[in-house]
Amino acid sequence: MTDDRIVPVTMPKWGLSMQLGKITSWVVAEGEEVRVGDDLADIETEKITGTLEAADAGTVRRIIARVGEDVPVSGTIALIAPAEVGDDALDAAVAQARAVIDAGVPDDAAGAPELQTADVGGRKISYAGAGQDGEVILLVHGYGGDRNSWLFLQEPLAAKYRVYALDLPGHGTSAKDVGDGTLGVLADAVTGVLDAVLISGGADRAHLVGHSLGGAVALAVAAGDPGRIASLTLIAPAGFGPEINAGYLRGFADAQTRRELKPVVGQLFADESLVTRQVVDDLLGYKRLDGVDEALHTLLGLLLDGDHQRTDSIAARAAIGGTTPVSVVWGVADRVIPAAQAESVTGAVRYLVDGAGHMPHMERPAQVQAAIEETIARAG
Amino acid sequence: MARSITYREALNEALAQEMERDESVIVMGEDNAGGAGSPGEQDAWGGVLGVTKGLYHKFPGRVLDTPISESAFIGAAIGAATAGLRPVAELMFVDFMGVCFDQIYNQAAKFRYMFGGKAVTPVVIRTMYGAGLRAAAQHSQCLYPLFTHIPGLKVVLPATPYDAKGLLIQAIRDNDPVMFFEHKALYDLAGPVPEESYALPFGEANVAREGEDVTIVTLGRMVHTCLEAAGQLAADGVQCEVIDLRTTSPLDEDTVLESVEGTGRLVVVDEAHPRCNMATDISALAARKAFGALRAPIEMVTAPHTPVPFSNALEDIYIPDAQRVVNAVKTVTGWTR
Repeated sequence: MTDDRIVPVTMPKWGLSMQLGKITSWVVAEGEEVRVGDDLADIETEKITGTLEAADAGTVRRIIARVGEDVPVSGTIALIAPAEVGDDALDAAVAQARAVIDAGVPDDAAGAPELQTADVGGRKISYAGAGQDGEVILLVHGYGGDRNSWLFLQEPLAAKYRVYALDLPGHGTSAKDVGDGTLGVLADAVTGVLDAVLISGGADRAHLVGHSLGGAVALAVAAGDPGRIASLTLIAPAGFGPEINAGYLRGFADAQTRRELKPVVGQLFADESLVTRQVVDDLLGYKRLDGVDEALHTLLGLLLDGDHQRTDSIAARAAIGGTTPVSVVWGVADRVIPAAQAESVTGAVRYLVDGAGHMPHMERPAQVQAAIEETIARAG
Repeated sequence: MARSITYREALNEALAQEMERDESVIVMGEDNAGGAGSPGEQDAWGGVLGVTKGLYHKFPGRVLDTPISESAFIGAAIGAATAGLRPVAELMFVDFMGVCFDQIYNQAAKFRYMFGGKAVTPVVIRTMYGAGLRAAAQHSQCLYPLFTHIPGLKVVLPATPYDAKGLLIQAIRDNDPVMFFEHKALYDLAGPVPEESYALPFGEANVAREGEDVTIVTLGRMVHTCLEAAGQLAADGVQCEVIDLRTTSPLDEDTVLESVEGTGRLVVVDEAHPRCNMATDISALAARKAFGALRAPIEMVTAPHTPVPFSNALEDIYIPDAQRVVNAVKTVTGWTR
């Protein structure tokens, strides 16, 4: 019998293939008060190191998972409970959680879901979905990213929604040919995936979330067919002002080695320690696929006019009108596109995220998740 | 998430994708079409251990079974490379290098230099190396140090399926002669490999595991032995950084030196005989360029200075194992002046 005042803190699922996570350090100690969004622990997976933020407020009464221990996804690693809850109830909950951790990952645990593909204008576009019920969300990554850049968000959102993430042309496992590299080529790919997921989900509208270049793409898709877009959450979107870190973009496209790439990728984050060797190696692995170098350099022409943004999203924003809920999320410490450009997204609810750079969905995922869910709620 | 395929399949895929991409790529060698125990070309077994399986029918006229004369067909491959093809020749066992060595070290390796940079020799010589297959003294050696010694040759030793594919593609696209070493015991090793083509640059070591206490520099099959040892040592609280050189020529000195500067302790693990091998080479590098960082003498783990034994029991103790690596790491961590 578990006291329902005890709130478990569980091992998150960061990425569709994650089965185990390891606590590398606890930021909080037993007895400490935490607020929603406070850092709880640093967690390492096969792919990435991240910080788990509190989803609930309260007092941390028990820490269960030890530093260095592998914990299956959704295993309870700590307990939050008010002072009135007695030690006996807590100890019983700890014993249950301990049994789950000690059992490890079941042999028949499902791996990554089957990657799906859509043929859009002769290009193979990859996407992957999570979640069984609810409204449809489609996540659109930015320049040089892929569907895995949503790893901290896709599974948590999937508790309430059907959440799809795609690889834009030139990215991830999608076709590397980006044609003439216009926004239209990218928007067509998103529309193609949108068609597929709306049909398979039996829905007629979807919520779009776009990051950076993906924000400009999401706007173009919405402007082209506003009736099918229920809401729009733009994370540090391109096209709302002239300033952009052209050095970052060119550096990313040109980097050939780990030594060249690491400092460039560091500019994406407020906390550069997130850029582990694995992150850099994964990016290099992508950049070395045939056709990627050409795709990235072609897309530079879409993003840059000299050292300024060529992309202009203002007209697309206006075309969508005022009835579709639009939000803009920006990391205060963004070193790629300045957060001040959030002011130019007219009629949008603004979320400025402290402690995050250009990747708030990786650095402060709980806050970005809350922003997306509030935006969806506004669509009614 | 990339699908998982074997080292053998990764090599086959690299060959097939490059033959598809570039008509000048051809494959030649003993039994490259047929193979051990097969009636010949028609069953297209594809090499003594099946690496070139299927290519004969897929690329008609571009997979050549050659006579058992390495001096003839390795020479022919090198000549064809100077004349515009990109041959991938298979020297079945590197132990057979003796009969075709002039063509490799005194011809292919010298052309670019002697013709003032105007000649290119884009040949790849794939070859098997290493002990463990009960193949005795004449089919089990690790002769890559001999090739590493020679300017003008590039020397590549993939340890994983991912590296096997990316390094072979790079080798085929490279304009210099490349010696490409495949360890017999790795062919069935499976791992994630993208379906698309990709080239891994030469001269970039892979940090297979990060750690702060001891640097282990290794290559080829020994990468896996060292990772096993590092896993055991981690349980005792010793964190090893395992560096897979990937290519011995060119050599990624920076990654080795940066790691040694961080840990202050170096163990080099090499399946080759102990004299003038990669272990001595890396030790000399660290002793010269990271001397101030070293907190203990460098340890080397290698095979002994003997031929590879025919006796199973002796062959097993001939090959460096994880326990010997663990012992060497404990020696450097426990060393006091």
